Amino acid sequence: MSMYQDAIIAGFGGQGVMLIGNLLAYAGMNAGLNVTYIPVYGPEMRGGTANCTVVVSDDVIGSPIIRSPVSLIIMNGPSLDKFQPQLQDGGILILNSSLIDPVKSDKNRVKVYAVPVNEIADSLGNSRMANMVAIGAYVQATGVLPVKQVQDSLGSVISEHYSHMIPKNAAAIQAGADYVIAHGQYV
Amino acid sequence: MSTPKRIFVKGNEAICHGALTAGAKCFFGYPITPQNDIPEFMSAAMIEAGGQFVQAESEVAAANMLLGAAGCGIRALTSSSSPGISLKQEAISYMAGSEIPGVIVNVSRGGPGLGDIGPSQGDYFQATKGGGHGDYHLLVLAPGTVQEAYDLTIKAFDLAFKYRNPVMILADAIIGQMKEPLVPWIPQGLDPDEGQDWGLQGAKGRAPRLLKSLFLDDGALAGQNEKLAAKYRAMQVETDQELFLTEDADLIVVAFGSIGRIVKSTIRKLRAQGHKVGLVRPITLFPFPSAVLLDLARQGKRFLTIEHNMGQMVEDVRLAIRTVADSAFHGQLPGNLPTPDDFEQPILKALEG
Repeated sequence: MSMYQDAIIAGFGGQGVMLIGNLLAYAGMNAGLNVTYIPVYGPEMRGGTANCTVVVSDDVIGSPIIRSPVSLIIMNGPSLDKFQPQLQDGGILILNSSLIDPVKSDKNRVKVYAVPVNEIADSLGNSRMANMVAIGAYVQATGVLPVKQVQDSLGSVISEHYSHMIPKNAAAIQAGADYVIAHGQYV
Repeated sequence: MSTPKRIFVKGNEAICHGALTAGAKCFFGYPITPQNDIPEFMSAAMIEAGGQFVQAESEVAAANMLLGAAGCGIRALTSSSSPGISLKQEAISYMAGSEIPGVIVNVSRGGPGLGDIGPSQGDYFQATKGGGHGDYHLLVLAPGTVQEAYDLTIKAFDLAFKYRNPVMILADAIIGQMKEPLVPWIPQGLDPDEGQDWGLQGAKGRAPRLLKSLFLDDGALAGQNEKLAAKYRAMQVETDQELFLTEDADLIVVAFGSIGRIVKSTIRKLRAQGHKVGLVRPITLFPFPSAVLLDLARQGKRFLTIEHNMGQMVEDVRLAIRTVADSAFHGQLPGNLPTPDDFEQPILKALEG
């Protein structure tokens, strides 16, 4: 059985969606898998949503661009409106419930994990790590890669200058994964 | 099994890594999206590699700097995106006429005119049919992956010097901006005397040389055009393409570059549903894999050409198979990112005949 996972990761510019997209791709590559990452740029970069698409597979990857993904990480309301309708039936949605009311999610059609990533990041001392909480939740909910594989890849996306931040980011990833274990699916 | 070291880079960066490992010593450019990662990267890396980097005052200047550097027998390149490539065409024509081996990278975007900054394959005609004035061809290489962007850049320099002809790498905003693992490799056996037998390195101790595209003597231009035509015929041996599930296919999709890889996902899905579809992805656009297509046509297969434009390569496909078959066409409009879903209905329709 071949392994295949794709994800669209979307939010406001500045929420770090490109960074966790890169992190997921690096983790996949470090696990010996094939990966693609493509940022979507264009008018929507200027004030609206930023997003990227990541594909992880043990087979050769065809398209790096996906219209109907099997999973989503949604960091803000406009991104939910834009991408939730495209999520495949039974797909996995990680929803930032700090900024989006999970009532808006299509929980009867897709598997929703509502995670208050901003509050969790705040409780760890830095709200800017909300993206790390989200990727931790995502990896736990999808099982695409071991959580540790993602934590171990932080050095690939965080520059040498900020390497002292790696343990805190690893803790934020763990906190996201733990939240999913503790609270499960939003129903 | 030991896994070779992989790096995770954009296609634009892969082109830079490929050029540097191929021994490129000069880069000339002028900013334009979506190729800006190339001059940004080269502005530091080319200097570290002991070469020269110039951000020129215009694309016209950058292309003429390429002509000058390559005329000295040095491995050199320029890069731009569609509107900027148009501005370089005069120098490219002069390079073809003077038999000067530079590498030109086009990370193409939407057009005509300023178009947009998104992906498009609207420059196929310009790349493969000349682009500038006069009766000439470039060798044109179209990467479909980040690894190929690296591999083909190395190959571009080898071919440029082998044939003393400019070579174009035709990528697009998708290949340029996407990231993928890349296994770098170092080409062996680079000739340290490359270009010494014709390049302009100074005539001290030898007879002077002249590189020119002006031939006014009676019969001289005819001779030069005949020589170039023979060279273009000789280039046919460089034809390269990827064949994907073609053997038992009823329908052959022909698509290049980013579209070639995206349509591969569509084909996998349709195969799982029992549809017999295959893919020919031309890797060299000039020379074009006409013989491969004709062979498949003779086996009774049908054809659908898919491009991110309103129909350019399809003319070469039809020309290749004209004695036995025809090709249907699906054009993806620019301004939208193409996905595998976009090609499902066109392929199913072509399968019905």
